Amino acid sequence: MKLHTISINNLKRRKAKMAFLTIGLMVGIATIVTLVTLTDSMSSDIERKMDEFGANILITPQSNGLSMNYGGISLGGVTFDQREILEEDLAQIKTIKNSKNISAIAPKVLGGIKVGSHDVLLVGVNFESELKMKQWWQIFGDAPKGDNEVLLGSDASKVLNAGPGDSIEIKEESFKVAGVLDQTGSQDDALVFASLPKAQKLLGKEGKITLAEVAALCSGCPIGDMVTQIAEKIPDAKVSAIQQVVEGRLKALDQIKRFSYAMSGVVVFIGSLIVFVTMMGSVNERTTEIGVFRAIGFRKSHIMRIILLEAALVSLLAGFMGYAVGMGGAKLALPFMAESENAHLIWDSSVAFGSIGLALTLGLLASLYPALHASKMDPTEALRAL
Amino acid sequence: MALIEINNVKKRYTSGDDVVDALRGVDITIEAGEFITIMGQSGSGKSTLLSVLGGMNHPTTGEVEMAGVKLYKLPGEKLADFRAQNLGFVFQSFHLISYLTAIENVMLPLAIVKMSTSAKKTAARRALERVGLGTKLDRLPNQLSGGEQERVAIARAIVNNPHILLADEPTGNLDSETSKEVMALFRELNDAGQTVVMVTHNPEYGAYSDRTINLKDGKVVGAQA
Repeated sequence: MKLHTISINNLKRRKAKMAFLTIGLMVGIATIVTLVTLTDSMSSDIERKMDEFGANILITPQSNGLSMNYGGISLGGVTFDQREILEEDLAQIKTIKNSKNISAIAPKVLGGIKVGSHDVLLVGVNFESELKMKQWWQIFGDAPKGDNEVLLGSDASKVLNAGPGDSIEIKEESFKVAGVLDQTGSQDDALVFASLPKAQKLLGKEGKITLAEVAALCSGCPIGDMVTQIAEKIPDAKVSAIQQVVEGRLKALDQIKRFSYAMSGVVVFIGSLIVFVTMMGSVNERTTEIGVFRAIGFRKSHIMRIILLEAALVSLLAGFMGYAVGMGGAKLALPFMAESENAHLIWDSSVAFGSIGLALTLGLLASLYPALHASKMDPTEALRAL
Repeated sequence: MALIEINNVKKRYTSGDDVVDALRGVDITIEAGEFITIMGQSGSGKSTLLSVLGGMNHPTTGEVEMAGVKLYKLPGEKLADFRAQNLGFVFQSFHLISYLTAIENVMLPLAIVKMSTSAKKTAARRALERVGLGTKLDRLPNQLSGGEQERVAIARAIVNNPHILLADEPTGNLDSETSKEVMALFRELNDAGQTVVMVTHNPEYGAYSDRTINLKDGKVVGAQA
């Protein structure tokens, strides 16, 4: 017979009450585990999607230039000592420390060219990486497959009066229009896209590129560091982070996390109340029992140990069950919440230990007052019989 | 030197404007090995006196000295330790812990004592055998009769070999036949050297004790040997 024998036997006897307490705490812990895991998994999914959806690092030639535009009105600029980026330099990007975070590199060559009587801006792209990065593009027709096929922006298609399947002539060479972009509302609408090698040849810029967009998967990678790493590898280029994209991404994730934490806070509060009320009720029910313990010489600390040990055992059980149920809930809810088949559940050991630790802390803190109350019971009052 | 000395003990309960003087200056001396019955009608202060004697109820004034120790001068939780080591209680409603077996109930006072589990079990078994329940060690309280529950309560009170056994109306919930058996058991324990102080309102049971102290309105009004 030790003090823990009393705690364990009491838990066994009051099965219904203890089951209620365990379930109450377990639901709280499960909700938090589900919220945290869903948030993490969704954040990871959103991060991946956003990374795939757009570039967040821009590589342009180094130049000592002053742009002259204000409020969208461009008055040209003064550019001098402009250097060009060699296509082969881009391979260096793959050697940076955070190279595993690079999702796609989209090199581009730009140049003005005449199509019939119209001046258009020709953009040479690597269609594979460009389409990966710009998943919002809707193409009527097909994506170009060979060097003799082009893709037209919606405005360019109208001006050149050419649609999917038509042909256009550039520098006395015939190109098939493989597809036309749906209106994007961006500069892409006015462009003619051709394959990079063909555009380089047409513009007389073989082996050179005008700019490159890089999409970095930013989970755990600071964009600033990657910018510095790329700049070190390509010293002739100007590497800059597209801050708006990065900040927007962080803000979206931050909002989701804050909502999740607020919900967890409410759940923690309700869970604490359940533990407090149940333990207080249990202590009041056991007034006589506690009176007997005190009368036969149990110290206040002995009474507290009995009550807190009961709370700890129930809380541990609730923690384990809460984690299991929470992860199960997250697994079931993730496909609906993330609206994506590719979203993966994140199994984080810190969530497992955290949930069990939280249950234990919560159970003990909420039981502290009932335990103190029990320990302070006057044995004479408690027994009433005396 | 007497085992217990109660000197001019007064106990006043105050509740709002109501003031009740439960004990109005009680002086009692009890020798080691005595069997004392404290008798009196309801409200005479006998249960209050027993709780004061048991170190559970601080007197308003006066002193209780037991085996040379002034109980209410003990600091902090030392009084609880004193109860654990020197006193055994038998309550009117037995107050057995319903989720513990007979032997576990008897081992309860030993739960806070540094002893091996086997030594605790041996002591508890021996105490239960002394009260005639050696064959019902693993019964839960609800599987025992009233008399058997009372015996378990007595075994629990004597398992730590206390200096004094305090009993509050131990036959209050028992039929007359079982009550006589329980009283005979107290007599037997006393004959073996156990000091017993028992509160009862039934004069019939005074015959089992060495001395009867009568209380009325919080005062000792007589004593018979």
